[in-house]
Amino acid sequence: MPRPPSPSIPEKEFVYGALKQSLRLDGRAMLEMRTPTLSFGPELGWVECAMGKTRVLAQVDGKMVKPPPERPLEGIISIHSELSPMASNEYEPGRPTEEEVALTRMLDKVLRRSDAVDKESLCVLAGQRVWHIRLTIHVLSDAGNMVDCACLAGIVALKHFRRPEVEVEGDEITVHHPSERAPVPLSMHHTPFCFTFAFFPDAPPLVDPARLEETLSAGLLSVALNAQKELCVVQKAGGSPLPAEEVLAIMDIAVAKARELDRLVEARLQEDWKGRVVEVR
Amino acid sequence: MSSRIEILNDGGYRSDGRKQYELRDITIDLTQQGTADGSAQLTHGLTQVLVTVFGPREAKMRSQTLHDRAVLNVEMSVAPFSTGERRKRSRADRRILEMAAMIASTFEPVVQTNLYPRSQIDIYVHVLQQDGSLLPACINATTLALVTAGVPLLDFVCAVTGGVHSTSPLLDLTTLEENDVPHMTVAVMPRTRKVTLVTMETRLHVERFRELFELACEAGQTIHREMKYAVKDRTVALVNAMDAGSKGGAADDHDRDVVMDDRI
Repeated sequence: MPRPPSPSIPEKEFVYGALKQSLRLDGRAMLEMRTPTLSFGPELGWVECAMGKTRVLAQVDGKMVKPPPERPLEGIISIHSELSPMASNEYEPGRPTEEEVALTRMLDKVLRRSDAVDKESLCVLAGQRVWHIRLTIHVLSDAGNMVDCACLAGIVALKHFRRPEVEVEGDEITVHHPSERAPVPLSMHHTPFCFTFAFFPDAPPLVDPARLEETLSAGLLSVALNAQKELCVVQKAGGSPLPAEEVLAIMDIAVAKARELDRLVEARLQEDWKGRVVEVR
Repeated sequence: MSSRIEILNDGGYRSDGRKQYELRDITIDLTQQGTADGSAQLTHGLTQVLVTVFGPREAKMRSQTLHDRAVLNVEMSVAPFSTGERRKRSRADRRILEMAAMIASTFEPVVQTNLYPRSQIDIYVHVLQQDGSLLPACINATTLALVTAGVPLLDFVCAVTGGVHSTSPLLDLTTLEENDVPHMTVAVMPRTRKVTLVTMETRLHVERFRELFELACEAGQTIHREMKYAVKDRTVALVNAMDAGSKGGAADDHDRDVVMDDRI
């Protein structure tokens, strides 16, 4: 299938012209994000995150496995993500495209390499049994800024997930069914959020670019950080060169955004948790 | 295991005897490699990369050309013997693919691609040895290879890594240090002092980031000086060789000695 044509010249000029006057096509302010909508499924660890028309589904499950001999004391976290033509007509099945590589690497860095989940707490019996936490990301629809949406869905799913309680007596492991004992949440070190900024010639930077803005932008900068002002990932691979002060100014904007998003996520998680009946016998 | 190594000792020296802000030795070899249009071999401490540039030339795949500018094609290969642990990486390794994509997008706004419509510039990056600061070495070598190939660039691109050990910033990390401290890579264009690439993959506080980022931008200028000298030396050698071939030899026409503007 041929790739769909890039935006037409009038479309391009219109977007550039509007952005020069600090106007965006969807009526947002330059530094305004689309408010993420988080909906939780019946299962724990099943989260759908929607930012405007971008929708990502994240699902977490856990099972017990034998750890690899080089890391007997750590649990395993694996992230699976795939871009199918379902997300957008620009993606084709088959060989991983550049976008897919970028998405997988970003998810890996934000959720796994930043040590968001305490891996040592996933160890049940050293060298014998550890938890293998599997996070699957399905991109349902890509209307711009898929990476941020996927990272948010992923981290919220990890926070939402609860694993069955286990008891170890000597060498014997008992896994308690959720109906027997309340399942326990994963122990998390911190909650990183990802923000993408787009740059245009002669226009101020904007956050959370929509699809068209993303394609037309002269450069993208992704920042992942937590509410405690700790940066986890900074990624600006090429694109138009920026003065150093501008990069630092963006960090300050991202700090404020992360605080805001952290509050929203915590509120939504608590709201959902109240609606669930936990039976402890 | 790595916690046993002292990253910065009380005397202010690092594990390889450098000071905090000291860069490793940089050796640049711009000798012609085979049929390549431009090539550069850059040795940065124990990290060694060879970059060859072909083009601008007609693209092999007509369908991938752009009507208004040249396409940059970056291919990266890592020699299996380049690390301590011998391991063959496939060309489809995501880390390598990502690094190649980063190099390509770093140079896209720097190379004046609009001068060569419907053509392709191939950049082949070979990693021969790696001991930290791999991406900066690849970027610096690519800049030099593009310069020797005569591809018009807006500016040099000079990259360097930086890390923070507790509160003290370090520059130009080795593998040992990269495994232990939060680190980032910054690529700057020295003339405009603009930043083309920033990547960081480890946790670091915003305030520390600010400090390190500014330091790395400064260090980019130092790297630029080294790269500029290497290019200048090569140009002087080439011009002298041209003179030697002409009628009187180089000895009698001192007035034709190369004058290069130091500001460039």
